[in-house]
Amino acid sequence: MAIQRLLPTLSTPTLADHQEEQDAVLVEEVTKVFMKSRPWLPWQKGKDARTVRAVDRVSLRVKRREIIGILGSNGSGKSTLIRILSTLLIPDSGRVTIFGYDVVRDEAIVRRLINRVSVEASFFKKLSPMENLIYAARLYNLPGRLARERIVSILERLGIGAARIRQPLEDMSRGMQQKVAIARAFLTAPVLLLLDEPTTGLDPRSKLDVQTFVRELREVHDATILLTTHDLEEAEALCDRVAIIDQGRIVALGSVDELKQEVMRQLGLSVPASMHQVFMHYTASHRITEEDILRYGSWEKAFEALEAMREEEE
Amino acid sequence: MFTALVHRGRATYAFFERNWNLTRRYWAWEIVWLLYNIVNALSVTFIGAAAEQITGAKVKFDTNSLLLVLVIGTSVWSYLSVTFDGVTDIINMERWEGTIEYTFMAPISRFTHMVGSCLYAVAHGLLFTLIQLLVIAAFFHIDLSHANYLTALFLLLLGSISFIGFGIGAAILPLLYTEKGMQMSFIVKAVLLLVSGVYYPISVLPGWMQPLARISPATYVLEGLREAIMQGRPLWSPEIWSCTWPLILTGLISVPASVYAFSLAERYAKRTGKLKRNG
Repeated sequence: MAIQRLLPTLSTPTLADHQEEQDAVLVEEVTKVFMKSRPWLPWQKGKDARTVRAVDRVSLRVKRREIIGILGSNGSGKSTLIRILSTLLIPDSGRVTIFGYDVVRDEAIVRRLINRVSVEASFFKKLSPMENLIYAARLYNLPGRLARERIVSILERLGIGAARIRQPLEDMSRGMQQKVAIARAFLTAPVLLLLDEPTTGLDPRSKLDVQTFVRELREVHDATILLTTHDLEEAEALCDRVAIIDQGRIVALGSVDELKQEVMRQLGLSVPASMHQVFMHYTASHRITEEDILRYGSWEKAFEALEAMREEEE
Repeated sequence: MFTALVHRGRATYAFFERNWNLTRRYWAWEIVWLLYNIVNALSVTFIGAAAEQITGAKVKFDTNSLLLVLVIGTSVWSYLSVTFDGVTDIINMERWEGTIEYTFMAPISRFTHMVGSCLYAVAHGLLFTLIQLLVIAAFFHIDLSHANYLTALFLLLLGSISFIGFGIGAAILPLLYTEKGMQMSFIVKAVLLLVSGVYYPISVLPGWMQPLARISPATYVLEGLREAIMQGRPLWSPEIWSCTWPLILTGLISVPASVYAFSLAERYAKRTGKLKRNG
């Protein structure tokens, strides 16, 4: 079975045949609220105890081998959702399963199945890419010799030559560091790869390299990929489906074509909307509904009217 | 079962190797701390060498004993500091480098994480203290003809278990208090040494401090080392046993209690999102 082949040296959780047909990720009504400040002293209670609903009753189903994109503005809840899937945050309510394993109850098993690339390349900056990646490989139970071979091969494919492999990471550009972070995730061949804005800061060529690698990971290694990005072109190029998240809620979900058609219909356009229009439509400060369009005559007029109302309220 | 053991072994080695690589890459800081500790130890030990002059004693002073008390004190201070810092670096270093989320997401148990980091902390602490002792020995003519080195090493290693327990407990602070936790753990270390009679018998401490001294493992390590180095007591002597059993007890209690408390703190950090922020 492909998933078991991917993790030859880990004490792999058993993914029985019937689970082949299961969803890779199942998010059910998940909510996460953060308390911004929790005063200690009694007379400060009620002061500054602001809460932020980062993820609000989100439900999402990701099929095996699917590449799903999560689009949203800054602070919309994308990274919180990724952290919940990565077992780094415990949801307040709802349930998340990865290949049938609960991220809270079966945390140890889930951690064997996943890897994550975050927007900031988290490394020991004084150490070289080789030292950082060998450390990661050993944590994921890869023997040293095999890991070294893979590290050289993956880094070379990502354009990091042998001469750079043993230099401290702090001497590398942000883009190069991000490539090493991507190499680290690929090194462990996860069955679910969580990419949190992985190509932010990369040049166009490096972005293409990463995108090719992501596709390859799915095609060759059978991986499921969840990608958050601000890059609409990237989402369009890579993702089978796209979810748009706004203020912690999923406001749209479908294939790129489906979303474009839907927005075209709602805006009364004659050609399918661009991804930019799709994104702007679903993340506008007031979601513009069909009723709004009918009421104000067109999408543009509804947008202007609702933005004016928001400014007045502020 | 065997695969799981191999995985644990590899992961333990990963932390040991990573910390060694960090020590190599931060070599300048290592030299700074080593020099700082040596200078500090020398300046304290010179107080012993000058005791007769400082006090204006008319009778002959047992300088060798005073020097030994101070050398043991500075050595334990160094060893405890380096080991304790190494253990609290389970979190401090990860916060500093911004790698905490990645390490906490890895498919390893927190216990394996701690074992790897603590083994390195003990090895690092022993090496650091040995270098310091060699330098001090070159400055002072100390009579070590009665010393029982086996007992001394045994007590230091036995005490390390409790130091690790206290260190894991202190590592909870930077886990929960992102910005001030590191400073808090320094305070814990300093207070631990103060109450343990690092350069003096604990009988000179104020009454309210003495119960704290009795629960500190450093007290028993210091007392035992003085007995072993100055009196040459063997492992089976009643004087050493009176230091050994409290160390066994504090080790048996502090390590599991700290690991359990750490697991609760980790869960709390995951509920409140405290793993996210870096130092």
